Amino acid sequence: MKQAPDFRNLLNKDNNIVQLIAMTILIFVVMTALSPDKFLRYYNFESITYTFPELGLLSIAMMIAMLTGGIDLSVIGIANLSGIFAGVMFKKFTTDAGVADTGFGIVLMGAVVALGTGLVAGALNGLLITRLKITPILATLGTGQVFTGLAIVMTGGPAIVGFPDAWAFIGNGKILGLATPFVLFVVLACLIAFMLRRTTFGINLMLIGTNPKAALFAGLKREKMVLLSYMLTGVMASIAGIILSGRTNAAKSDYGTSYLLQAVLIAVLGGTNPAGGRGTVLGVSIAVTALMLLSSGFQILRFSNHLIDFIWGLFLLLVIALNAYKNRSR
Amino acid sequence: MAWFQKSEVVIAGILLLAMILIGLVNPAFWSLDNMFSLLRSNVIIGIMALGVLLVMISGGIDVSFPAFAVAAMYLTIKGMLYFNYDGVFLPFVAAATIGALFGCLNAFFVYKFRMIPLIVTLGTGSMVRGFLLGVVGTSIININKMPDALIDFGKSDIISMIKPDGTTYGLTAMVAVYVVLAITLHFVLRYTMIGRGVYAMGGDPEAASRVGFNIRKITFFIYCVAGALAGFAGLLHSGMIWLANPRDFVGLELDVIAAVVLGGASIFGGRGSVLGTMLGVFMLVMVKNSLIIMKIDTTWQRVVVGVIIVIATAITAWRDRRANA
Repeated sequence: MKQAPDFRNLLNKDNNIVQLIAMTILIFVVMTALSPDKFLRYYNFESITYTFPELGLLSIAMMIAMLTGGIDLSVIGIANLSGIFAGVMFKKFTTDAGVADTGFGIVLMGAVVALGTGLVAGALNGLLITRLKITPILATLGTGQVFTGLAIVMTGGPAIVGFPDAWAFIGNGKILGLATPFVLFVVLACLIAFMLRRTTFGINLMLIGTNPKAALFAGLKREKMVLLSYMLTGVMASIAGIILSGRTNAAKSDYGTSYLLQAVLIAVLGGTNPAGGRGTVLGVSIAVTALMLLSSGFQILRFSNHLIDFIWGLFLLLVIALNAYKNRSR
Repeated sequence: MAWFQKSEVVIAGILLLAMILIGLVNPAFWSLDNMFSLLRSNVIIGIMALGVLLVMISGGIDVSFPAFAVAAMYLTIKGMLYFNYDGVFLPFVAAATIGALFGCLNAFFVYKFRMIPLIVTLGTGSMVRGFLLGVVGTSIININKMPDALIDFGKSDIISMIKPDGTTYGLTAMVAVYVVLAITLHFVLRYTMIGRGVYAMGGDPEAASRVGFNIRKITFFIYCVAGALAGFAGLLHSGMIWLANPRDFVGLELDVIAAVVLGGASIFGGRGSVLGTMLGVFMLVMVKNSLIIMKIDTTWQRVVVGVIIVIATAITAWRDRRANA
């Protein structure tokens, strides 16, 4: 991208957000017009606030990996493996001690196990990318297979069921009348947005993505930053895994496989540059809202899931074309 | 060029070592029967790997080809049933053409919008598969409905033998199809202008276009040929297993990419060879099949493939750094 004056840069950024909001409103209006009685029901929006946070978190995780010009294709594997490790731990405790498993402590331990899984998995990705210099695409493609494979080994195929009630609360409960996953998403999104905008870590990440060579000459510790960014991606993915397993009260090796494409799509749609250096939490959040509205609208119209996949793919290509067109006219 | 040949020698060496090891654990590995079935499992992955090799040499990556393969296969067989056509040659041309057309879509987006191939092919793959299952249909076409000529073609053997207990086994003629395609691609890559252009583009697209290579033409060539190979392989697969399943090939991209990387191709482009890829495919198929022979639980398969990808890419990255240093 060309070096633009400060105010113009700001304008462009806002432009992107304005366009996204316009798109969201357009989708909303079209869906309302197509099926007003079903789409506008309170229940529909409430169910969206339960289902979108997991995808939203995965998309933010994807965006963080893209900031340095990388990508993380193992996020789904990490999410599922985190849920499964937590589930396995709960199983162990309930059979050994025979205690009622509604305790807060045990859920906290489950969360630690799940988050730890994400942290370790992310660190593995980061080390492969920074130490062994494997391209992010191939490194995460490989580790994604390993994580999913381990999930299959742990479960033997079928889903792990029977999570404690407090765990289910994370995916199904309500805080002050709002869905817990939604509250969690908002808090985490604000946290990540702050981290990327206002801390040295975030600004360094952006710099590394914009111009790796300049960042190197400026004395930034590229390897350490990239490693940390993949660890953060892993943790975000594991939180998505916690919510997913809490909502469905089960963990399985092949849950949410279609989320991978969707997470990439949402990150790109939200204005993230896959070559690095550009991306905002706000953009990704609006993009995920827009696409969840679209998806729920199509489901109400009784489109098959396959057709929705088709539309997601078409959307991704259209966004690519549109972005290219926008960049050219600038 | 010395190191280049060396890397294939290394792969072949590792392959031989692995074969000896597996043979020691279970001598049944070396039986002619097992060898023939191993070669048979090479065919489909191998033909697809040739397409992926082409894309990877140019510095791209393709994850859409399994969707293209299944779409080309299913549409062709649906068409054959609709027109009541029973032949071999024309359907394969049709499947390859369908694949090539889908490939054009990839090339268009990659060239025109300069978008990262991974993201483009994720999109086109999801679109094509979604379209196939959502619009064309989800029902499996079974052996009783499959065109007979295709099944007969898939059944043909080069060598057939009779076991002591009276059952016959043989080396499928599809292996010959695979080898012919591989040799053709080898010659195209080595001795034609467009083949050298693919390497040049993988090395440095800007430099390639400055010396006069037509990047647009090369990009379309790469993705169309990759699509055509996928479509061809898709139809061949259905002929070999005697049914057409529109949900086939899910997740196959990982195996194929792993095989190509194992064969020494670099994702940064400019490196890779047909011989190396064929060895890589053989290695991957052998390891996957041998897990069963070595009595390792099949649930470990994914883990093993993943670990192979990571190790192979780490070695390739290390080699590339040394070559550049």
